[in-house]
Amino acid sequence: MSNVETRMPLSAVAPAKPMAHSRADRRAEQVQTFVRYALLIAVGFVMLYPLLWLVGASFKTNSEIFGSIGFIPEAPTLDGYRKGWETSTPYTFGRFFWNTFLIILPKTIFTAISCAVVAYGFARFEFPGKKVLFASLIATLLLPNVVTRIPQYILFREMGWLDSYLPLWVPSAFAGDAFFVFMLVQFLRAIPRDMEEAARVDGANSFQTLIYIVVPMLLPALISVALFQFMWTMNDFLGPLIYLSSVESFPVSLALKLSIDTTEAFDWNRILAMSVLALLPALIVFFIAQRYFIEGISAGGVKG
Amino acid sequence: MARLQIRNLEKTYANTFKAVHGINLDVKDGEFMVLVGPSGCAKSTTLRMIAGLESISGGEIVIGDRVVNRLQPGARGIAMVFQNYALYPHMKVRKNLSFGLRLMRTPKAEIERKTAEVARILEIEPLLDRLPKELSGGQAQRVALGRALIKQPEVFLFDEPLSNLDAKLRASMRVRITDLHKRLKAEGLSSTVVYVTHDQTEAMTMGDRICVMKDGHIMQVADPKTLYDKPANAFVAGFIGSPEMNLVEGRLEGARFHLGAQAVTLPAELMARLKPHSGRVTLGIRPQHLGVNEGPGLQAQVVGAEFMGHEVVLHLAVDGVRLVAVLPAADYAGLDHGAMVNLTLDPGMTHVFDETGANISLAQSH
Repeated sequence: MSNVETRMPLSAVAPAKPMAHSRADRRAEQVQTFVRYALLIAVGFVMLYPLLWLVGASFKTNSEIFGSIGFIPEAPTLDGYRKGWETSTPYTFGRFFWNTFLIILPKTIFTAISCAVVAYGFARFEFPGKKVLFASLIATLLLPNVVTRIPQYILFREMGWLDSYLPLWVPSAFAGDAFFVFMLVQFLRAIPRDMEEAARVDGANSFQTLIYIVVPMLLPALISVALFQFMWTMNDFLGPLIYLSSVESFPVSLALKLSIDTTEAFDWNRILAMSVLALLPALIVFFIAQRYFIEGISAGGVKG
Repeated sequence: MARLQIRNLEKTYANTFKAVHGINLDVKDGEFMVLVGPSGCAKSTTLRMIAGLESISGGEIVIGDRVVNRLQPGARGIAMVFQNYALYPHMKVRKNLSFGLRLMRTPKAEIERKTAEVARILEIEPLLDRLPKELSGGQAQRVALGRALIKQPEVFLFDEPLSNLDAKLRASMRVRITDLHKRLKAEGLSSTVVYVTHDQTEAMTMGDRICVMKDGHIMQVADPKTLYDKPANAFVAGFIGSPEMNLVEGRLEGARFHLGAQAVTLPAELMARLKPHSGRVTLGIRPQHLGVNEGPGLQAQVVGAEFMGHEVVLHLAVDGVRLVAVLPAADYAGLDHGAMVNLTLDPGMTHVFDETGANISLAQSH
């Protein structure tokens, strides 16, 4: 009842404007919307064009690739995919995908585990030297990757790990990625401690609290961490290039380059076709986990 | 049995701030003890030290006959209800309730039996398969209560459990918790409670005894009636009761109390229980115990009135000193702004506090 009463005066005021006026307003609004969307679509198209061209060109013949700027192939062919998959090596591209998977799987899993443990420690416990340790963690964030490459290479050579996947994922298993630790610490700081205290009163020790309470609450952030690690590892070229020497253990990123090296006259359509395939896993995983991913980043970022 | 003793308990933070100054408190088995005080009085810190969530800088906490200082929270035989419920957000209500039992590897059948029983007592059976985010504030608080209840602890700890609820719900939860306490007691189960609140209504209505705290010191521990009628000091006198007790500074010479230019002779009954004292004192009298126009007394001017329905809160000024009186609405007629009235003191309900704030008018009763 009161609702109706308060709404009455409002609706009484609204029609006071002449009808013609409001129609003109609506017209202007429509034009504005149209212009806005046209502009957005145009810019979006320009941004996406290289990607569209890549996909289109992967279905073109080699001669057509450089013949036209358009991205729709005149005579679509799967030739690039078929021959590209075969590669010029004794292995198919399937082998390289499998190799990538062998690096990504332990790296992603152990990153999530180790970073969660380390972040939990930094965010929830007081221990001597905590400030110094956290400061050095942040300092490694700022350190250019390149400066540690050579000492690391020598270290792993001494350990006899060259030409294996170990140098590629073992550092991550010890929370070597400072960025992820930092991100999780920020996320944890935004989560009230009450639930963990309740768990302790319920009889959980620190480890049980981490497993049963903290990790489930951290899940969106952990999924972001896993996704970032997945994509970065998928795209990592320098790491495998430095540590891997035998073709049979190459991941996709190196294999793509391989087909450029070994073929005298580059079969661009094969390279492009394989590039498209190489994009797929990251895209698929991203779209599946998109919801958590965005939740994780924004929650960590806004409240952190 | 579950008696809780606190002996010379101290808390000093790393930045050398001393929050709790060697307090002593004895909570009897089955007693509902309320810790109350203004914010920053260390009541929550004390509770968290009992729970084991805060380290102890000095003294002892004894639950039953065990010193629990060095025990983990889970091993102390306590359960705690938090202000913002602290339900595990990713677990259904059922799992929230049984989390503690599952950690203790309680047999499944027993977990189910206890969960069902607690859910029945708290009327949360329809909520068992919901997530915490699907609960209203009152429902969430009942689940939090259930999580404490299911453990059958020796001591229940409540940390301002009702302060996130709206007024109406708060009133009904208050009754629910006191009923629950009585029921546990009647069934012979452990029912010792330490309940922290800043709300004096909660303290007065729920507590068997109330411990009033200020700046890490205990000001008084007593049952609600004693606290109200015989406050040990000016702080307790001002903190308990609504509207606040009038605390008027003045000078005592013999039996004459001087307030500004006026003086009033304190009643013989009051003088009889007064420790001999002269000089500066604070006279304390509750608004309900100020007589308005009941005889000759202090001359006061009405400076405002708040009509509350059944009663009127009258704001008065005696030579610039503000006083508040409460009188039945029926007696209000004619007391408009600016009217002059005579104030008399109810001799049995008037208190005199010395410069340190201690009540010096309790002599006979102690």
